[in-house]
Amino acid sequence: MGKVVLVTGVARQLGGRFVRRIQRDPEVDRVVAVDAVPPEHHLGGADFIRADIRQPTIARVLAETAADTVVHMDVTATALGSGSRATVKETNVIGTMQLLGACQKSPTVKRLVVKSSTNVYGSAPRDPAVFTETTPPKSLPSGGFAKDTVEVEGYVRGFARRRPDVAVCVLRFANILGPSADSPLASYFSLPVMPTVFGYDPRLQFVHEDDVIEVLRIASHEPRRGTLNSGTFNIAGDGVLLLSQCSRRLGRPTVPLLLPAVTWAGTLVRTLGMTDFSPEQIRLLTHGRVVDTTQMRETLGFRPKHTTAETFADFARSRGPGLLPPEALAGAVDRIAALPLAGGGHPPTQSAN
Amino acid sequence: MADAKVIPFDDDRSRGSAVQRPSRRRSAGSRRGGGVGEGHEVGEVQALPSRARAQDDGSVPREKQREQLQQQERPDQPHQAAQESQQQQPSAEDGLERRIAGGLAFLRRRLTGDYEVDDFGYDAELTDNVLMSLLRPVYEKYFRVEVKGIENIPAEGGALIVANHSGTLPLDGLMMQVAVHDHHPAGRHLRLLAADLVFVLPVVNELARKLGHTLACAEDAERLLGQGELVGVMPEGFKGIGKPFSERYKLQRFGRGGFVSTALRRGAPIIPCSIVGAEEIYPMLGNAKTVARLLGFPYFPLTPTFPWLGPLGAVPLPTKWTIQFGEPIPTGGYPPEAAEDPMLMFNLTDQVREQIQHTLYKLLVQRRSVFF
Repeated sequence: MGKVVLVTGVARQLGGRFVRRIQRDPEVDRVVAVDAVPPEHHLGGADFIRADIRQPTIARVLAETAADTVVHMDVTATALGSGSRATVKETNVIGTMQLLGACQKSPTVKRLVVKSSTNVYGSAPRDPAVFTETTPPKSLPSGGFAKDTVEVEGYVRGFARRRPDVAVCVLRFANILGPSADSPLASYFSLPVMPTVFGYDPRLQFVHEDDVIEVLRIASHEPRRGTLNSGTFNIAGDGVLLLSQCSRRLGRPTVPLLLPAVTWAGTLVRTLGMTDFSPEQIRLLTHGRVVDTTQMRETLGFRPKHTTAETFADFARSRGPGLLPPEALAGAVDRIAALPLAGGGHPPTQSAN
Repeated sequence: MADAKVIPFDDDRSRGSAVQRPSRRRSAGSRRGGGVGEGHEVGEVQALPSRARAQDDGSVPREKQREQLQQQERPDQPHQAAQESQQQQPSAEDGLERRIAGGLAFLRRRLTGDYEVDDFGYDAELTDNVLMSLLRPVYEKYFRVEVKGIENIPAEGGALIVANHSGTLPLDGLMMQVAVHDHHPAGRHLRLLAADLVFVLPVVNELARKLGHTLACAEDAERLLGQGELVGVMPEGFKGIGKPFSERYKLQRFGRGGFVSTALRRGAPIIPCSIVGAEEIYPMLGNAKTVARLLGFPYFPLTPTFPWLGPLGAVPLPTKWTIQFGEPIPTGGYPPEAAEDPMLMFNLTDQVREQIQHTLYKLLVQRRSVFF
């Protein structure tokens, strides 16, 4: 008998892509896609069930479909369409509680995969340079999406304790980027001029959308030989990019602002409701965050196809050139290089004289 | 006990002998400089017994030697070096051209963001080409650092360099980094562990990360040692760097010995390092604790010149430095549970501390004067 996979949060691009991908796996019989709003993209042959995971109806959906694998992707930083921060928080926290409650009652569930984020580590100057899965955060996130993920992971740990027969996999993704990314960071990188924090050059890590789909797939199937896919794993591409490198590779100039000014401007923008540029985003763009991916490689047995730099290059291609395209700058330097070579021919005649 | 003997700072400044002493020293220096042994030392560690002589006849071979070294190690030279050599050696237009090309290639890579940093944010290219070039004049010309025992640093594999800390501002760490970078035959890079204050301050944290420094915590140190890096640590921390001038060259408590357990866990040798000269760059006579608390700093130094002369008072005194790397203390022979043994840790910590303290006393006895 094949697997029945229930996926939440399918109205988003990433959820939709995952649903389409997992159907093609031979061991999967049926995919049940759940979200509160109908998706704009097609879901292949998956059965879409419109259900709000914040309501107890999700328990009925789970019981009726007899799903054995639950992939919880509805933990997100931003609302889909026009939703307030309160809605997002409720979906993240209450939705997870309802879903976990439903899973606890369900006798069929054998596997739970939760999409979390490296936001749980926070960003602080007093943190170690590289976070491992066991690093306790120095300062717990005070609010926003980071706090949501910490709470979600807390509930998931409680669930894993109460249902030891269910394999639970928590995937902490670094900043997800790719051609169709719609995260706050992606919109930040799309600004014509990027405001940065003066005197700080954060280290950033990215993970490609394709790799996200692939690792979710690995986590929702039986573990391959010699690997283990229950537990908590950091997922990030190899290597690190500094924010200054990102801006140069994008060809978008930066405006360094003093930290208090940035914080103040962020508050102002949030109050006016222009964007949801949260304090934790500012902290990320101040202090940066790098995670260790040894567990992902050795225990989970997953090797990302794209490095951080390749992921970023892929993203940069999709966004079009900025105000100072790197090719133009490189061309300018090459032209300068051509000049002194002509002039460089003169010194021999001088020295000969 | 050893204070009176080993700290000749006040002797030198005493008015009676101030006139004749320097001349005697200088002549002694130049006389010995003619000898073979000293000549080698000049080439190797680039200590300048007297600046005038070095500029007269010593500069050409040294420049050449340095140029060769740089061409072997780093074909990409920044603009500065290219222009510098242009003035001094107009005949080497071939090398100059290559340097300009290298400099432009460097500029091109920087402008397009086409360079790599490691997980800690260490920007090897920027460090080699720009930041080290900025620190080198301070190292060579201002503090005239003399390096001893560089051969005690292994050519490969993780090792932990433990040094004394002094001088109000952590210049000693930076100079130690230049010393390893410029003198180690294998061209190793020192990765320093810095206090958390460094990573709170803007600009400073950015530069520190690019220079390869990271936060002084067991996780980062272990990770670096595990990668086979050369890690530098100053376990005295703020107690050492912010101690009053009257306590110069008296080692403070070595933290809680965390560096020993880190080295034990990774089996990395501990290399004690003694730095002489850094204590006198800012003679800290007092500590304005209230100002320090207001600014959030661990101490606020009052020196004879700072803060009375404003920014001018922040110019360090041009002392002559010696950095001595000692015999490595192996940690590989201990069982894995040794890192949990407090007694062994205290013993090893004391051993390292004693060795640094003894070397400090020895170097102070050998030192001719604070300033040259």
